[in-house]
Amino acid sequence: MRRITVRSTPVLVILAVLLTFLITAGPIILAGANPIAAYAAYLVVPLTSQFTLLEVLVSATPILLTGAAVAIAFRAGYWNIGAEGQLLLGAIAAAGIGTMVGDLPPVLALPVMVVGGALAGAAWALVPALLRVRFGIDEVVTTLLLNPVALLLVNGLLHGPWRDPETGFPESARIAASAEFPTLIERSRLHIGFLIAIAVIGVAWYVLVRTPTGLRLRAAGLSPHGARFAGINVSRTLLGAALMSGAIAGLAGVGEVAGIQNRLTSGISPGYGYTGIVVATLGTLTMPGVALAGLFLGDLTVGASSAARSLGIPSQLGAVVQGVLLLTTIALLTQRRYRARAAAPPAAPPAAEVASG
Amino acid sequence: MTATSPALELRGITKRFGDLVANDGVDFDVRGGEVHALLGENGAGKTTVMRIAYGLTQADAGEVLVHGQRIDLRSPRDAIAAGIGMVTQHFALVAPMTVAENLALGRATGLRLDLDDARRRVADAADRFGMRVDPAARVENLSVGQQQRVEILKALSRDCRVLILDEPTAVLVPGEVDALFATLRSLVADGLAVVFISHKLAEVRAISDRVSVLRRGRLVATVDGDTNERELASMMVGRPSFGVERPSDAGPELREPVLRISDLHAAGSHGLEALASVTLDVGAGEIVGVAGVSGNGQTELVDVLSGMRAPSSGSIVVGDTDLTGADPTRMMAAGIGRIPEDRHASLVGDLSVAYNLVLERLDDFRAGGRIDGRRIREHAVALIERFDIRAGPDDPVASLSGGNIQKVLLARVLSRDPRVVVVSQPTRGLDIGATEYVRSQLLERRAAGAAILLVSEDLDELLALADRLVVLYEGRIVGEMPTTGVDVDRLGMLMAGRGEAA
Repeated sequence: MRRITVRSTPVLVILAVLLTFLITAGPIILAGANPIAAYAAYLVVPLTSQFTLLEVLVSATPILLTGAAVAIAFRAGYWNIGAEGQLLLGAIAAAGIGTMVGDLPPVLALPVMVVGGALAGAAWALVPALLRVRFGIDEVVTTLLLNPVALLLVNGLLHGPWRDPETGFPESARIAASAEFPTLIERSRLHIGFLIAIAVIGVAWYVLVRTPTGLRLRAAGLSPHGARFAGINVSRTLLGAALMSGAIAGLAGVGEVAGIQNRLTSGISPGYGYTGIVVATLGTLTMPGVALAGLFLGDLTVGASSAARSLGIPSQLGAVVQGVLLLTTIALLTQRRYRARAAAPPAAPPAAEVASG
Repeated sequence: MTATSPALELRGITKRFGDLVANDGVDFDVRGGEVHALLGENGAGKTTVMRIAYGLTQADAGEVLVHGQRIDLRSPRDAIAAGIGMVTQHFALVAPMTVAENLALGRATGLRLDLDDARRRVADAADRFGMRVDPAARVENLSVGQQQRVEILKALSRDCRVLILDEPTAVLVPGEVDALFATLRSLVADGLAVVFISHKLAEVRAISDRVSVLRRGRLVATVDGDTNERELASMMVGRPSFGVERPSDAGPELREPVLRISDLHAAGSHGLEALASVTLDVGAGEIVGVAGVSGNGQTELVDVLSGMRAPSSGSIVVGDTDLTGADPTRMMAAGIGRIPEDRHASLVGDLSVAYNLVLERLDDFRAGGRIDGRRIREHAVALIERFDIRAGPDDPVASLSGGNIQKVLLARVLSRDPRVVVVSQPTRGLDIGATEYVRSQLLERRAAGAAILLVSEDLDELLALADRLVVLYEGRIVGEMPTTGVDVDRLGMLMAGRGEAA
């Protein structure tokens, strides 16, 4: 009779990971490698040296943020698939502001750029959110379709007004030194964006679990009707969650511009927004889960590129593993929901059936 | 037709859902060339027994015979093959497709859609039965009545010899009802057997050759179609047993009205008017019962009073506060406690009992910017004790039994000492213990001076709890009476829409 408790969720996620390894063993064998060796290269090797360990954190930084962004929206029942576009808008804003704040000291330049990037991400999330709340237009479609639009905007800028005047490459000018994210450890690429990501996840956890706002957001996501009935303004909650989600995704773009590339490039995001969906799902939409899943996928990303070198298998196999992981996780978690429903007291459907007769 | 064996015969159909017996040994038959009505209140088991005949539900006991042959119905596919067609209350049409395409889909066997055949059938039906539909029209552009005609055509195009119509008039406007009846008469003249499910006496009498009355899953009687309405009504409603608990205290004459509803209109989900000119006062310490067969505006009335549906005109006043069109927050602030019929949807099933108990007023349970987990828990423990909820504060509401879910909702509402309680079907699906508990709580609120509007389909419940009754039929209040010395026959007639005949 009892619903399957949350405790079993981590077990299901681990099962999903194992199942993914089983499924992706096929392509790895086709690529001519031993699957066991490949997984060791994917997961263990990156953790064995300080350099690769820090690279894992560098890779995790943007997807921790997009993962948190997606998880917050999903918890509210707002299916934001547009973290990629929101990230790109954050990156555009960071590059724009970053080149203009050369006269300001970092203590001013950095906050201005961070806030600007967050606002830009939120702005990109605003229109689909309004369409959903006001007219009931499916946000899955609108947020998804705005992603290529954002990329076109990036390319339009880079091939037009923002083209690097010195090299002529389609890249923006380098941002001012005062706008660059300081690195956390000498001779590594690990920058303060990682700390921002951890802080965002911490705050998001606190808000979701400990505040009335978070409880309202969760209630709205779990049962919009029940939440509205209890006097919760579901529309406003969705709008807030969507904007917050866009802002956090925007921060991921700021981090890549200010911490890694120091300029806007058309390849600023190899799909971090979409990876965020994997992170959020694998993290079962909880903030501790997002933190673990982000680090796990960061590990996998670093491992995939080093495995490409050491084992001679295509680095794209890393993306294959990610994709399969998303599918297995969703499949297993859906299974859990169905089982929970089947195990619930069967009063509701038959009662409805009888009542209509 | 030599009607030696009925076109469709059900023998001893029994169906249980958990503890609830939806059908208890029901016998029913329909012959070619007749309309046999299945009459009963909502929840009497009419739809269930016909879903069994159409293979949508499997019976626990009993058998189904078609032209004297026992058949095994595992799915509607088997029923269709046996010549049984059913038009349910929810149409199964593809809205953006044309009428012809929908008909062809219903017959599609090979790879090809035979649209010409479908068009021929539409034309043929127009000639023979006067059912005019444009085969090239898109279903989404048709009126509900026309869509229903397409559903009937679909059944006919599968060569059905038995046509089951589940509350076909519920979605129709009066003119469309006449057209439907004309169609049914010509279909029957052509030898078709029609099962007509309804709870409306006038319609049943107008169209039926025979009437079978179901009450609480049992077949009461099968009588001629011209049986008088009073008799049908009393068979349908039954004589309520008086297990009255309500204390007979001061007369209801001088109660000050607390909830005043005047000239309230509201649209239902179909866009049709669901509430028309409802005017009703509920006084302090009074329980006003709303009787009626469900689907006559009760849901909409409760939704409007809950702040979940905006009225199109009229006014709602509690005390001195005008609440017309107010949202749930304002309704609650004015002292309205709301317990709608769909208790699952009124709570958040995946959240804990403790959170659900405070969800309406989170701002009362905060410590600075955060929720005060300790006080929420204490509050929950106290209410669990007081309202005898068999669950822990951290259990998700969805894991509770129906009775305990109702107690959670009751506790959330009554713990705020509401001036007005709007409650619908408070004991539906509950066991006897929970039912008595819920009723005693409502009476306790009445004694404490709350104005209570009680919507129920259970006449026993209304007579046991309410001080007076109003009857809702097609969105209007068609009658009002005190519960003491109530004329049950008249009540049944009012509920079945025959107020003027009483």
